[in-house]
Amino acid sequence: MSERQAEEARSFGFETRQLHAGQRPDPNTGARAVPIFQTTSYVFEDPESAAAYFNLQEYGNTYSRIMNPTVAVFEERVANLEGGAGGVAFASGIAAQAAALFTLLEPGDHVVSSAALYGGSVNQLKHLLRKMNIELTWVDPDDPEEWRKALRPNTKAFFGETIGNPAGNVLDIEALATIAHERELPLIVDNTFATPYLCRPIAWDADIVIHSATKFIGGHGTSIGGVVVEAGTFNWSNGRFPIVANPSPAYHGLEFHETFGMYGYLMKLRAESLRDLGAALGPFNAFLFLQGLETLSLRMERHVQNAQAVAAFLETHERASNITYPGLPSSKYAPLVDKYLPLGAGAVFSFDCAGGRDGGQELIRNVTLWSHLANVGDAKSLIIHPASTTHRQLGDTELEAAGIRPGTIRLSVGTETVDDLIWDLDQALAHVK
Amino acid sequence: MNWLERYQDPLTIQRVLHTARTIAIVGLSANELRASNFVGYYLKRHGYEVIPVNPREPEILGGASYPSLLDVPIPVDVVNVFRAPDALPAIARDAVAIKAGALWCQFGVINDEAARIAEGGGVPVIMDRCLKVEHARYVGRMHWLGFNTGRITSIRKGLQ
Repeated sequence: MSERQAEEARSFGFETRQLHAGQRPDPNTGARAVPIFQTTSYVFEDPESAAAYFNLQEYGNTYSRIMNPTVAVFEERVANLEGGAGGVAFASGIAAQAAALFTLLEPGDHVVSSAALYGGSVNQLKHLLRKMNIELTWVDPDDPEEWRKALRPNTKAFFGETIGNPAGNVLDIEALATIAHERELPLIVDNTFATPYLCRPIAWDADIVIHSATKFIGGHGTSIGGVVVEAGTFNWSNGRFPIVANPSPAYHGLEFHETFGMYGYLMKLRAESLRDLGAALGPFNAFLFLQGLETLSLRMERHVQNAQAVAAFLETHERASNITYPGLPSSKYAPLVDKYLPLGAGAVFSFDCAGGRDGGQELIRNVTLWSHLANVGDAKSLIIHPASTTHRQLGDTELEAAGIRPGTIRLSVGTETVDDLIWDLDQALAHVK
Repeated sequence: MNWLERYQDPLTIQRVLHTARTIAIVGLSANELRASNFVGYYLKRHGYEVIPVNPREPEILGGASYPSLLDVPIPVDVVNVFRAPDALPAIARDAVAIKAGALWCQFGVINDEAARIAEGGGVPVIMDRCLKVEHARYVGRMHWLGFNTGRITSIRKGLQ
């Protein structure tokens, strides 16, 4: 136990942490970049060490379905940027969301969720949770009192998106956290569209943050992945969450919250939920996400600058209406943007194209620089018609609740030269009848 | 709870981790599913001499258990406490009496009177921090499980 150079308690800035958090130079080789540990498994030193790793008495690598040193750098970096106790990565954002919920829910429980969510999340909450005999109530994300009224004795979580997809509603995180915490329930926030650079929900008392890393974190449209971050401050032993606090039959009677304290939920999320769902993130994708994170703040600055300009252009265009960019001064979310998103309101929003469904499709047929595809958060600008693609499985009522009409077009504004983006939309809109 | 930050200083924590050799765990449980047992097992694995202090057990983790700190026959570098907060002042007095190197109180083991007693007697205090977590943060492998160590450094050191 030699005395080594002690580290000062300095509060490093976001830009420093997006480059360094989670990684120290590799002790064995000195490699400065994060090594890609492309291995399924890890040689144990001896039987006692192997047992200690599986018993969770010691932090040790066992199998890459449960942990991997490259993935761990990514997990710690996102957790650090979000201000959480730790992170667990998954093979997709949807898998991360399922695991975050399954870790704290049991059959017979109830969840209150914003109705304005990504279509894939709507499907997951509505259909997958029902198969698990878990009840769900959709509420208007803009009305905290509606969330309070939806509470039942078996309610176990509030769920919402920082910036709703694609309607651009901004969640009043602090107000919803207050209502959830009055009932000793966790608030779960999908922070994909804001990224930790624009908003850190834990600082506003959210308990669990979820990301689709596929989007702005990766930033280059190369990889699918997700991550769950927990604040580490929620009292899982409050009597409402026996599934987290009581001896676990799935882990030889371990009481995760009693034994691991502020790390108990995360430990259970990894050692049970990731183990059993099997949706592990591969090390190469984790490496690509780390490359993305290194430039997150730089890209987000340009994304919001371009999105602001594109939204302002559309606001004056006669063939565009209902521009949902919450960063517009005319947006009803302007006060919430000032509070939660002072550096910018993201880069994904929608507008209604003149001519309804036909008009929207005509616009998409005529853009030449914007890419017509089903993703957001790429450095390249993306465009899609939700009613015929991402939100296709939803009925008219659900579409309306998610803020989508037949002519709605969703944009993900990239980091190209902004004049080129506006030029392309302008020439394509000229084709719309 | 800002007064607690005074007892969570990273430089003190790192000094204790790097210089301690003997750790007396007050309230160490013989039940291997309890947090104290996890911590004791971990510290033994990492080369510390763990001294159980628990009047209800003759032996824990392979070592003789002593009824109180005053009964421990060797110098104690760290007194690590897993007891209710109101038991802490008496433990702090014992820690001063045996000239312990530090008083380390686990998560939730918070008592300002005890902190004053220990400090007044020349025993540095760490409070509301887990000895296993802090060891894993600065010396061990906490980062392998995606936990936020908060560490930022470009210095290459040590084999893992």
